[in-house]
Amino acid sequence: MSRAAEFILRRRGGVGWHWTDVFTWFWLVSGFILMFGPALWLVNSSFKTPAALAEFPPTILPYVTAEAMVEGYEEPLQLFETTLPDGSVKVLAEVRRVGVVAQMVDPADPGEIVRVNIRDRKPLREVNFAVENYVQPFVNFDFFRYLTNSVFVTVMATIITLITNSMAAFALSKYNFRGRSAVMVLIVATLMVPLSVILVPLYSVISAMGLFNSLWGVILPTVATPTGVFMLRQYMLTIPDELIDAARMDKASEWQIYWRIILPLTAPALAVLAIFSVVWRWNDFLWPLIVLSRRDLYTLQVALNTYAGETNVQWHFLLAMTVVTMIPVVLVFVFLQRFITTGIAGSGLK
Amino acid sequence: MTRNASFAGKAGAALVAPVGWLARLFDPPLRALQRITGYGGMAVFFLAPNMLVFGIFVLFPLVLNIVYSTTGGTALFLGDRSFVGLAQYERLFDCSSYLDPKSCAEDLFWTAVWNTATFVVVQVVFMVVVALVTALVLNRELRARSFWRAVFFFPVLLSPVVVGLIWRWILQREGLLNLGLYEAGLTPVNWLVERGWAFTAAVGVSIWAHVGFYALILLAGLQAIPKDLYEAAEMDGTRPWRVFWRITLPLLAPNLLVVLVLVLIRAVQIFDEVYVLTGGGPGTATLYLTQYIYEIGFASFLRNPGLASAASILMAAVLVVFTLLQLGLARSNEARGKK
Amino acid sequence: MRMTSVVLGLAAGLLSSTAFAGDVRIMWYTDGVEGEVIKDLLARFSQDNPGINVILDDVGYKVVQEQLPVELEAGRGPDIARVTNLKTLADHWLDLTPHIADPTYWETNFGEQFDWMRPDGSKAITGFMTQLTLTGGFANKTLFEQAGVPLPGADATWDQWVEAAGKVQDSQQINAALVIDRSGHRISAPNVSYGANYIGADGAPAPVDEGVKTFAKKLVDWTAAGRMNKETWVSAAGTTYRPGIDDFINAQVAYYYSGSWQVAALSTKIGKNFDWVATGSPCGTSGCSGLPGGAALVGIKYTKNPAEVGKVMDYLASEAVVKEFTERTLFLPAHKAVAAGAIDFKTDDPNVKAALDVFVKAAGQLVPSANALPAWEWATPVYGVLVTRISQVMAGEMSIDDAFVRMDEDITALVAAAK
Repeated sequence: MSRAAEFILRRRGGVGWHWTDVFTWFWLVSGFILMFGPALWLVNSSFKTPAALAEFPPTILPYVTAEAMVEGYEEPLQLFETTLPDGSVKVLAEVRRVGVVAQMVDPADPGEIVRVNIRDRKPLREVNFAVENYVQPFVNFDFFRYLTNSVFVTVMATIITLITNSMAAFALSKYNFRGRSAVMVLIVATLMVPLSVILVPLYSVISAMGLFNSLWGVILPTVATPTGVFMLRQYMLTIPDELIDAARMDKASEWQIYWRIILPLTAPALAVLAIFSVVWRWNDFLWPLIVLSRRDLYTLQVALNTYAGETNVQWHFLLAMTVVTMIPVVLVFVFLQRFITTGIAGSGLK
Repeated sequence: MTRNASFAGKAGAALVAPVGWLARLFDPPLRALQRITGYGGMAVFFLAPNMLVFGIFVLFPLVLNIVYSTTGGTALFLGDRSFVGLAQYERLFDCSSYLDPKSCAEDLFWTAVWNTATFVVVQVVFMVVVALVTALVLNRELRARSFWRAVFFFPVLLSPVVVGLIWRWILQREGLLNLGLYEAGLTPVNWLVERGWAFTAAVGVSIWAHVGFYALILLAGLQAIPKDLYEAAEMDGTRPWRVFWRITLPLLAPNLLVVLVLVLIRAVQIFDEVYVLTGGGPGTATLYLTQYIYEIGFASFLRNPGLASAASILMAAVLVVFTLLQLGLARSNEARGKK
Repeated sequence: MRMTSVVLGLAAGLLSSTAFAGDVRIMWYTDGVEGEVIKDLLARFSQDNPGINVILDDVGYKVVQEQLPVELEAGRGPDIARVTNLKTLADHWLDLTPHIADPTYWETNFGEQFDWMRPDGSKAITGFMTQLTLTGGFANKTLFEQAGVPLPGADATWDQWVEAAGKVQDSQQINAALVIDRSGHRISAPNVSYGANYIGADGAPAPVDEGVKTFAKKLVDWTAAGRMNKETWVSAAGTTYRPGIDDFINAQVAYYYSGSWQVAALSTKIGKNFDWVATGSPCGTSGCSGLPGGAALVGIKYTKNPAEVGKVMDYLASEAVVKEFTERTLFLPAHKAVAAGAIDFKTDDPNVKAALDVFVKAAGQLVPSANALPAWEWATPVYGVLVTRISQVMAGEMSIDDAFVRMDEDITALVAAAK
């Protein structure tokens, strides 16, 4: 334990516990619980059956109540350890429960119904991971469809973003032409203009173009990111012009200069933009919500919101689908964490 | 950093390599084009795709928005809408007292404005403080610092919908938080149905989701502060509080300002996670501007696209002010860096 | 603008998904089990008509309520839609008369409701009611029994129902005594029972009257007292529809006011967990009225394949299909001949038949001001205003008297904006 504590906490300047050490420890531990706790609870809950989810107070492990077939009942009944009025304890099966009273039968003697207050009984439990929460959405709902749509939007938008943004950044960093600064001003001015500011006119543009209810209507308005152009341009400015001049001497075309010299040298910045574009597009919500009204076109985020807003929310499926939606982002995070964090610290990009 | 750069280089090269053959296909026609335009003229070609998309989907709608805000009716296409001049703005500003939304013709707009303002102020203060403390803690000589950094950063990448659902699941009537209260012998609270709690939840959840991002920027700023300043202070036996006030805070000020403005800009636009979490309720307690624009423009029986446009232009104006502020800050930081 | 649209349209023509000849897209929503049933029925149609590709889009009710109107405004949409907002959007419906085989058959069997779904004065046939509905209450009989509270009788008032359900709530420690869907349509039934009349002299909306005020006050008081489930109304803003059915299914409330379309959902989801009964509508001072309504299947004016739409509609409106649909969905039929004949509802749940009988009987209790609402073009907007403002009062943001003033202002603004 002391080893672990020492590992987590290197104290300030050697001997003794300064109050800042205590505070650091407190902040890190509570941060750990607050940050990871909710997500872990979500994952944990997603393995529970609807019955276990409806339980209050909830349990930590996904328990299910043991069941037994009882003569005279078609469905298996749940078993409870029941304290009877005479003080004896017996395993009874529940026929139905309404409010605080449960109607129970003895599996050995199913004829007679006993009415029991639910305070006087405890379910017989066993641990069971409800994997069907994950399987069902794929089999019975169009969850695979939503997943494909999200992947399509994310991949296409990222590819187009990388190509168009890098081309524009190349033009803006390596050429002198009239109106260059005007273009730069336009781009900088719209750096912080969110989609929500142009919802109505953009919707009419999309409609007029026939892109309503089309995944392209989701993709196209997002690809010309000013942030991307701006960041790539800053990066390209650091590439020496001599390289380009030399290539021109060798009769390289401008297009060749772009993809054989500039692009490879801009790779680190492109990678940062690619990662962010993936995360942005995967997480987009408001615009797809407006453009897509056909179920077979929903992206994951819109589908999740729809299921969450439905009559009789099926939390067991919803939680499992939320976990699946989290997975790609968590993977990106686990493998590229160091890279993303330095990318943000360097560019303030988000 | 070098390790990252080389990794990035490889990743980038891997991304670019497969398109090499495709790029080669484009070369002959583009060479022909270059012969006509000259090499300087190719700039237009490189700029064209991005600016075309940008023009159609960002600039054109921006201009169009102004036109929309001067029209009335429920029709979508401008041709079918009637010109009403500044009537939409008049409606938005028709108030006997701006401090009291109830006295306004469009009371929901002002409710949203004041809700957003309160949210922005409270959220910005807490966000900056929490991010700063986190950055300070992470800047200490910790073992496994990148692990701890990851702990705080992890929710940043989650989608707002997922964030909203995670917390809805915890804050609901029979959720984890009420389990805690129940176990502690306290009365469970209906977190998302009580006004004050719903607001607290909206602020708290948005901080939870984004604080890692700002902490990271501040951490980078902290690490740029020369170590010898601290060593000198330690030799003089300066107390930690004084070190913080005299060295850390002044030197971090530029980064703090940038973070402050970034938080501001994003707080004004708050929508997704709160929408999924509370739906704007209870009542209109967490109805914010973006949701107002969305609902009045698209979702309600009382649809009025012109009004939505007018409201969004007002919001854009606020954002432009903040953006200019941020650019000004960035420039002065740069100038200081050069000196 | 027109010119720009054309240019933009050409530019993006290649990218958009175009409708193929023979495609008929149906936007549908599901309350109970009708999604499954229509899927079966359409599968049979597709087998017999290989030339027509019917695509069923079973979306959430929210999409039909909120997104469809915006789509229609943009001159697009599905080819057929199942909607409840029939009158306000009537300009967008397709006149099926030239596309259906026998308009007289339609007129005879569905004619009574045609005015609900066409502009005033029009003679168009725009669609047919997939079901007639009537608002009404449901009580959890088992909870009442356990609490030893007798179910109030057929002429019990709203106050008596809430009092009885309140006793059940206290003795059974459930979440609330009653819940009403967050919907202006739902509360309009009790409003009317307390004497409200929304329709003014010239067909325009009248100012909110004593009837609305009386019931709205009761509703707010019940919410404040913890009798009415607060969450359903307060946890959303604006005009969002939110049903209270979850709490009733989970036995968290003793009384639920909704309507006949919920019967199938209640039967399948409650199963044998408890016994429930339909109660008709509780009484106010002016009657014990429910509110009639229903969902219609309508053709959309912007379809590219009106002939195919006509064929699909002819099939779905045919007597055999309507009969099967009715029997399997446990809906009240709108079709004259089907309604007159013997209907064999496909269920072994004894609660269902009793409930449907209650609704049929309650249909005789409608007061005239309720009967007029489905064909009134301002009904839906007025419902929206009622919900928005009353839930603000419940949330404690506004006094009830301010809310009444607001309602009038909102309605005036709506009428003005539409001109």
